[in-house]
Amino acid sequence: MDKIKGRVVYKLGDDIGTDMILAGRYLMLTGDEELAEHCFEGHIKDWKDKVKRGDILVAGENFGCESSREHAPISLKGSGIAAVLAESFGRIFYRNSIAVGLPVIQVSGISKKVEEGDILEIEVEKGTVANTRTKEVSHFNPFPDFIQDFMDEGGLTKFVRNRINKKA
Amino acid sequence: MSATFAEKILAMKSGKNKVSPGEFVIAKVDSSLANDVTAPLLIRRFQEMGLEKPYKLPGGFEIYIDHYVPAPTIRAAIEHKNIREFCKRFDLYFSETGNGGHLRLPIERGHCRPGMLFVGADSHTVLLGAVGAFAAGIGSSEQTYVLYKGDLWFKVPETIKVVVDGKLPEYAMGKDIILKILGDLGETGALYKAVEYTGPAITDLSIDGRIAVCGLTLEMGGKIGVIEADDKVVEYMKQRTKEPFEVVKADKDAKYEKIHHVDVSNLEPQIATPPRMDMVKDVKEVEGLPINESYIGSCVNGGLEDLAVAAKILKGRKVHPEVRCIVIPQTKEIYQNALKEGYIQAIYEAGALLAPSGCGPCVGGHMGVMAPGERVVSTGCRNFPGRMGSPEAEIFVASPTTAAASAIEGKITDPKKYL
Repeated sequence: MDKIKGRVVYKLGDDIGTDMILAGRYLMLTGDEELAEHCFEGHIKDWKDKVKRGDILVAGENFGCESSREHAPISLKGSGIAAVLAESFGRIFYRNSIAVGLPVIQVSGISKKVEEGDILEIEVEKGTVANTRTKEVSHFNPFPDFIQDFMDEGGLTKFVRNRINKKA
Repeated sequence: MSATFAEKILAMKSGKNKVSPGEFVIAKVDSSLANDVTAPLLIRRFQEMGLEKPYKLPGGFEIYIDHYVPAPTIRAAIEHKNIREFCKRFDLYFSETGNGGHLRLPIERGHCRPGMLFVGADSHTVLLGAVGAFAAGIGSSEQTYVLYKGDLWFKVPETIKVVVDGKLPEYAMGKDIILKILGDLGETGALYKAVEYTGPAITDLSIDGRIAVCGLTLEMGGKIGVIEADDKVVEYMKQRTKEPFEVVKADKDAKYEKIHHVDVSNLEPQIATPPRMDMVKDVKEVEGLPINESYIGSCVNGGLEDLAVAAKILKGRKVHPEVRCIVIPQTKEIYQNALKEGYIQAIYEAGALLAPSGCGPCVGGHMGVMAPGERVVSTGCRNFPGRMGSPEAEIFVASPTTAAASAIEGKITDPKKYL
């Protein structure tokens, strides 16, 4: 995976649940774009106007806790979010994000080291994130190889399809 | 051996003698389920991946229609139709509108048994730990991967042991126990971890009570929540299925990350106050707040025992005229048994609304969504802003005793005086 360079579009707090990211009334939707239409609806009013493709989201502890709805990471990815950096993640959200090819990176202390508007350079395989404003470099544990493989191929769906196509 | 329950199951299912916390394993999945909010995406992924047919899991793969029942929108009706066709095409176990909740039915029908590795495309899959299964929630894409390979990656979790001592007072329930634990450990208290519940007050619980306890493990961030299958569970399972099962128990010398003790001898009825499930108080501390809705049901509190206490409190009384009291038996069987016992009549005569078996208003899709500024006492599993409708509605989560007492008085009410 290449380096991810982007703007921190929002810095959110702790325990942001998937109910907030994507409300229960939209769970019959399955497409990236239709789900992106409702991302953070009712919670972050200027989300759709502000988020641009390639932006980075930063959050505190337990981001994406609660519901198993994969619709939540899909709506973030569909909105254009290139990576989510948080102190910690809800475990199903973490797995779902990997499955849909949205880089989710646990970086200890990150919410104290960046501000909204900062430009970050993330080297996923090396496990570093550099803040171009403060020049500070933070470290994280890179993904295990098998997860990196899923990510490199663009998520679990493409990973499986590539293998099925190879066999055929 | 000195393995926790989670370590034992993950070692068995990945063909290893021993596994340690932090290790990644590929484990064989015994059985798996999805519901009508996670299956549409699963069917889409199945097609996108180019799978020809689902991998045949030893315990089967099941889809339940229970979140949007009966279909409230054309989109939901279309997705339900797609699910029916998908199940028919691949001869999958399918549960139709009104049969009941996708997490109660696998227990009731003996599909989820002690010692199984069960993954479900629903976060509250953890509640299946009530019968001694390793049961974890996943998403739709990973579920589709399970239908491709029959296995899945897991990081071996550390385990927290929660010992619940004492004898639970008559007026308190399993829900009160788990709310107390949630308040103690917090929303990240079990993040990525397994939780084993043990102690005399847990052993005393019925299967309904155990379901409430294990189900809310997720609200502490837990990967699984489990109660060792004892004679009560084994007997229940034998009545439900002829399929074999193997009870798996943690070793006596297993290593825990933490052991948390709670004594519930004098436990007050508990309530989670908005906007967090770990902001737990004694009900008496918030007594008197007016409510607009009371919901008795959900995957964690829609059992016969839950309806029995609701009926006991509501019998011969009236729901407050300014309250919508919605009661939902989790499955058809529970509904029928509640009819036979007279619970339904008592609840109905009190002025409550009875709705078809399923998730009800807890999922915020329909069947009682909340307006801005309204307040609900719910026996469901979550109180995040927006969970049950408007983000400006307040959700208080409590046991059926508290929800029933509050429905009568039109305000949050300590149920002790009714019991």
